[in-house]
Amino acid sequence: MIEPRYRAAPPEALRVEPLGDLTAIFDRRSVQTHLVVSPMPEILAAMDDEPCDAATLAARLAAEFEVEAEGDVGAIVAERLHELAALGLVAPA
Amino acid sequence: MSAMQVLAELFAGRRDPAGLIPRDWDGVIGVARAEAMLATLAHRLADAVLPGPVASLLADQRRAAAVATKQALWEAEMARRALAPERIEFVLLKGTAYAAAGLSCAAGRQIGDLDILVGWQDLARAENALLKAGWEWVKSDPYDDAYYREHMHELPPLIHGGRDRMIDVHHTILPRTHRKTPDPLAMLADAVPTAEGFAVLCPTDMVCHCAAHLLADGDLQGGLRNLWDYHRLVSDFAAADPGFWGKLDGRADQHGLRSEVRRAARLARDLYGTALPSGWDSHDTTDGWFRRRLLARDDWGRPSDFLLQQAFYIRSHWLRMPPAMLARHLWTKWRKGHNPASSGTSSA
Amino acid sequence: MRRSTRIAVGPVQFRVGSDWAAPVAALDRLYAAYPNDPARPADATVRLFAARPWRRWLRPSVHIGGDYVVPDALPLPLSMGLLAAEMGMNLQVALGWRRHLLLHASAVARDGRAVIMSGVSGSGKSTLAALLGEGDWRLMGDEFTLIAPDSGDAFAFPRAVSLKNQAIAELAGRVEPERLGPLLAGTPKGDIRHLVPRANAIEAMHEPARPALLLFPRFGGDMAIEPMGAGEAFVRLTEASTNYIALGEAGFDALTRLVREMPAFAIAYPDSASGMALVEDLWAEAVR
Repeated sequence: MIEPRYRAAPPEALRVEPLGDLTAIFDRRSVQTHLVVSPMPEILAAMDDEPCDAATLAARLAAEFEVEAEGDVGAIVAERLHELAALGLVAPA
Repeated sequence: MSAMQVLAELFAGRRDPAGLIPRDWDGVIGVARAEAMLATLAHRLADAVLPGPVASLLADQRRAAAVATKQALWEAEMARRALAPERIEFVLLKGTAYAAAGLSCAAGRQIGDLDILVGWQDLARAENALLKAGWEWVKSDPYDDAYYREHMHELPPLIHGGRDRMIDVHHTILPRTHRKTPDPLAMLADAVPTAEGFAVLCPTDMVCHCAAHLLADGDLQGGLRNLWDYHRLVSDFAAADPGFWGKLDGRADQHGLRSEVRRAARLARDLYGTALPSGWDSHDTTDGWFRRRLLARDDWGRPSDFLLQQAFYIRSHWLRMPPAMLARHLWTKWRKGHNPASSGTSSA
Repeated sequence: MRRSTRIAVGPVQFRVGSDWAAPVAALDRLYAAYPNDPARPADATVRLFAARPWRRWLRPSVHIGGDYVVPDALPLPLSMGLLAAEMGMNLQVALGWRRHLLLHASAVARDGRAVIMSGVSGSGKSTLAALLGEGDWRLMGDEFTLIAPDSGDAFAFPRAVSLKNQAIAELAGRVEPERLGPLLAGTPKGDIRHLVPRANAIEAMHEPARPALLLFPRFGGDMAIEPMGAGEAFVRLTEASTNYIALGEAGFDALTRLVREMPAFAIAYPDSASGMALVEDLWAEAVR
């Protein structure tokens, strides 16, 4: 199965404001506020201008946070990406 | 002169806002809200000399409308993300379309649901794609559900729980049972793209749809706003294309909407001062009923002229349904305790 | 509309129309001390109406309407017309006001800074604010607090305070009788009496205050103070706002700034005296 790829929002579209345990994200395109917890902000921060899939992101996160990039992490990231797409914060590429 | 008449005159530019006294503003602001036109008025009077509190209120309205328009356009984007993978083509309608196309009637315009037009052969797939993307059914009553699917021109309404916004998916412009049958396939075929890549109706179709929606699809409640859309649309399109009126005539004939398009033009001239070409600039005594219905609100914003309201309500049903169906529909509604005559309050 | 009157509370000018004289007369008495500018156009319309013409006299019941109407809302008997008028004013502001971020919160101010107390009906926010307002605090409002999106300042909406049940007795003993409205017994929310804010609150109703302390009070139960993180405070305030979504990015700005600048606590208290003491203690910490 080919892993779905996602594209991040353009640079000016999101305002990300950490508020303690939560992160508030304001999407200027939808004029919506999203309240998310880790690993959502980290996943968003790990995306660049190119479309990427869950496995790529999992590897980047694993490297950055120095954890094992096991199958679990990939599956978790895939689920989170799907949720982020439902919120409109990332788009299917 | 009633507040509604003053409101129309302000829009038409026939009344100088500087001449209004505070009590006049009470009425104008109240009825503008009731007609969902306060933000539109705010744009119309953006450069006018106004009392301080009125200027502040209207500035609030312009700001809030800008937010609301962005939210409405986002709904269109989310619909596109749901339908594009299935290669379902759709055309934006009404307020969202005006905003997407950057038309002058979009300034401050209140947008309710997202209305889109798809081909009837795509209806089932569109339904599935939207359900998959997080929309859910609103109506759960089996009679209403069946009525919507078989006789109306849309799927039953869908709502997106996360964003609390509705989408209406149409496959015709007027109900299938309607006495008039505009041609949705032609509208889809001749749709034009916007800068962001959405599809909207071509100018003549947009005006035909506006007239149909105003005069053939309902009892004219909230008609002032639709008429303003009509006024701005024809004025803008005619200014850009000297041949527009002729094309509009032809297209209206094609859709069987000639009398609606003509009457809307006359009403727009009467209430908003639309400049009409000589062939269109006639008078029809029955227009008086429509003008009265459009302006039927008292200075506190309450619908007035109850009997006229009922007459138009009955007319709207007569237009929508063959008689036997109408009788059965009203009977079912009465049995379920829905009283079509329940009203008397304003809402926004 | 048979009768009408005009009331200005904070930045909002209302016109109130009614099918009956009594609610309008009651409003006029309650708001007699408020400034009134007859030349100012109304921002919001409230209507108290009979559903059918004969319902003006036959079992008269008051429907609440105006610019905004809640469909299928239950009417109130004419004896509670004043309550209907107050609810009508709240409704129009809650659904129609766009100049400020609206929080379902009471607020009191001292030295140009404000305590904002957010909670639902029955949380005690109104009673606490009213009691503090009788001391050396300025009452800003018992139901709504307005936040200006650009400056982040809090603005007052000091309508007549809606005292419910036990709160009536608590306040009635402390204030001049002229400042109390009629007893409305047996309303859907229990017994209600309205309290006219003190003169200082009415005089200063256009003065902003800098938000300094955010509290989420809960009346009843043992004393408790729980510090609240900015994230949770943000969530709870969005739930407490009727127009956050309509304000777009300006609302987001205002709320993020609020929760970052104000310490926030959930507090519980068994009685008003301890509640007031809690507020004073937390205030002393916050403004140090």
